[in-house]
Amino acid sequence: MNDPAAQASAAILCRGLHKRYKSRNGHVDAVNGLDLEVRRGECFGLLGPNGAGKTTTIEILEGLLPPTSGRVEVLGMQWGKADKVLRRRLGITLQETRFPEKLSVLETLTLFRSFYPSGEKPEDVMDAVGLTEKGRSWVVKLSGGQRQRLAVACALVGNPDLLFLDEPTTGLDPQSRRQIWDIVRRLGEQGRTTLLTTHYMDEAERLCDRVAVIDRGKVIALGSPAELIASLGADHVIEFALEAEDGVADGELALLPAVREVRREGSGTALTVTEPHVAIPGLLELLRSRGAKLARLTTRHASLEDVFVHLTGRHLRDEEIPSV
Amino acid sequence: MKRYRPFEQLMIARFRDFLREPAAVFWVYGFPLLLALGLGLAFRNRPAERIFVDVQEHAAAAQVAASLRESPEFAVAVQAPLECRERLRLGKTSIVVIPGEDYTYVYDPARPESALARRKVDDALQRAAGRRDPVATREEQLVAPGARYIDFLVPGLLGMNLMGSGMWGVGFVIVDMRVRKLLKRFVATPMKKTDFLWSMIGSRLVFTVPELVVILGAGAVFFGIAVRGSLLEIFLLSVVGAMTFAGLGLLVASRAQRIETVSGLMNLIMLPMWLLSGIFFSPDRFPDLVQPLVQALPLTQLNYALRAVILEGASLASQGWRIAVLALWGGLSFVLALRWFRWS
Repeated sequence: MNDPAAQASAAILCRGLHKRYKSRNGHVDAVNGLDLEVRRGECFGLLGPNGAGKTTTIEILEGLLPPTSGRVEVLGMQWGKADKVLRRRLGITLQETRFPEKLSVLETLTLFRSFYPSGEKPEDVMDAVGLTEKGRSWVVKLSGGQRQRLAVACALVGNPDLLFLDEPTTGLDPQSRRQIWDIVRRLGEQGRTTLLTTHYMDEAERLCDRVAVIDRGKVIALGSPAELIASLGADHVIEFALEAEDGVADGELALLPAVREVRREGSGTALTVTEPHVAIPGLLELLRSRGAKLARLTTRHASLEDVFVHLTGRHLRDEEIPSV
Repeated sequence: MKRYRPFEQLMIARFRDFLREPAAVFWVYGFPLLLALGLGLAFRNRPAERIFVDVQEHAAAAQVAASLRESPEFAVAVQAPLECRERLRLGKTSIVVIPGEDYTYVYDPARPESALARRKVDDALQRAAGRRDPVATREEQLVAPGARYIDFLVPGLLGMNLMGSGMWGVGFVIVDMRVRKLLKRFVATPMKKTDFLWSMIGSRLVFTVPELVVILGAGAVFFGIAVRGSLLEIFLLSVVGAMTFAGLGLLVASRAQRIETVSGLMNLIMLPMWLLSGIFFSPDRFPDLVQPLVQALPLTQLNYALRAVILEGASLASQGWRIAVLALWGGLSFVLALRWFRWS
């Protein structure tokens, strides 16, 4: 990371980034000493729960928000010095943009294309995001997924080297999310650099070459999805619940073979394990000896969600935590 | 390769956005037209009304009636005595003539039209009986052009429209774009901010032409309003007015984060002008105490100048200081708006 050559070729470099907002009771540090390095050509994800500082960070990197302090370099340039050049080379989607309702898809793209001295043909971009059939439809007639693809198309029309996508699939149905993922993957194949924010762990796992897990304005973990999951020391999770609450103590579970971590999850328990086929017989044996009856038992691969819970004790999406 | 000009594209987008919104088109073009039609009909100058005369049944009644019918002023009917009295009492007629050796006029001297009818009927019957006037007289009827209420109203409606569409067409549209995060999205592109602002101003300029044509055209076609000033000067004056209110619109929109905020601000600014600036009646009627305020309002000066140029054929140069007041309002608004303007 301290190699000067690597830094020179970084698409995004930021060091000690701070953003402080005034609030009613003093101030809030939305971004609190954040370091980041995005390599050229990679798809990089900022993963974190709502309010972690993802959008503030990405908007500072986009030059739309001034940082309170810290150093930011985008494509080797700095905001305030090379804005004109940077704007031409970046493509951006905001968390939510409502385009003029009574312009058609093609008209909207032509408008955005006109802002760039060079770029793609609006028709080509429209084709790339699969909106050709909707070319003459007014924005007001588009579905949520189609509008989001239009937003991505508007970011692509200037043929950018670096793309910022702020929560590209939030609020979309599964099929629309998959369509957006396909588009983002193709961008990677074309050699473009993409920085996206998301609070969906599956999105980060599928799309991103590397992920920075963000919590409370800081990077708390960094690496490829596989590396992050491997950092748990175990890549399977066993989740079970008992018919009676007071079955077994956490301490006993932790002593079972292949178990690395024990967490309470609402009415159930999650065990992070290296080898499920070793852990499960041990678990069943323990339960039988206590006379505890299983209400459910499932196993799955560990995910970035488990990484986040391991690091913070909280879930990525607060609303998914059952009340404890 | 196809060239993409941002200023042109922003203008086109603005036109499409407006023209595809039927409600907006109605409020800008249809509403003032309906207002002009409604007020013009309500306050139109009526032709002199006919005088209703009953002649009581009598051997000579037909001859008396015939004498009166010589003049189109009279609407004459021959009726039975009781019927005549009843109709007069109900105000259906103004006078009853009872023929005979002498003529008897039954009328109500307290009713002006009845007193007038007595004199006119007597005049007509005396002449029919052979009276000769000692002095010959001629009549010349004068209807002063530009003196009707509709003549006064139409330039005022034009001023009101320039104010409304300047404020809404700039103020509302910009805040709407800010709420949609479209402004923020625009500044995230290499778009020149000046291109954007000029497109807002340019589209207002272009929209001024149909506004003028619709309002003055309707005035000319439906009410026969004679436009006496030069059309070019009327257009230039309208442009000054449109720009003044575009500036005010930009000012109220410079920071507002919500549609409700900007709507409230615009109504706060426009309401005093609707009342005081002489759209529907002359601002000179307000007491001296409030005249400084009335005269300082931009719409007051715009309406004075529009009336002078349209109705009296005054030159633009003669309206110099009124234009200066407008320019001061507009210029100051633009400067402050650009200083305070927020893109997100």
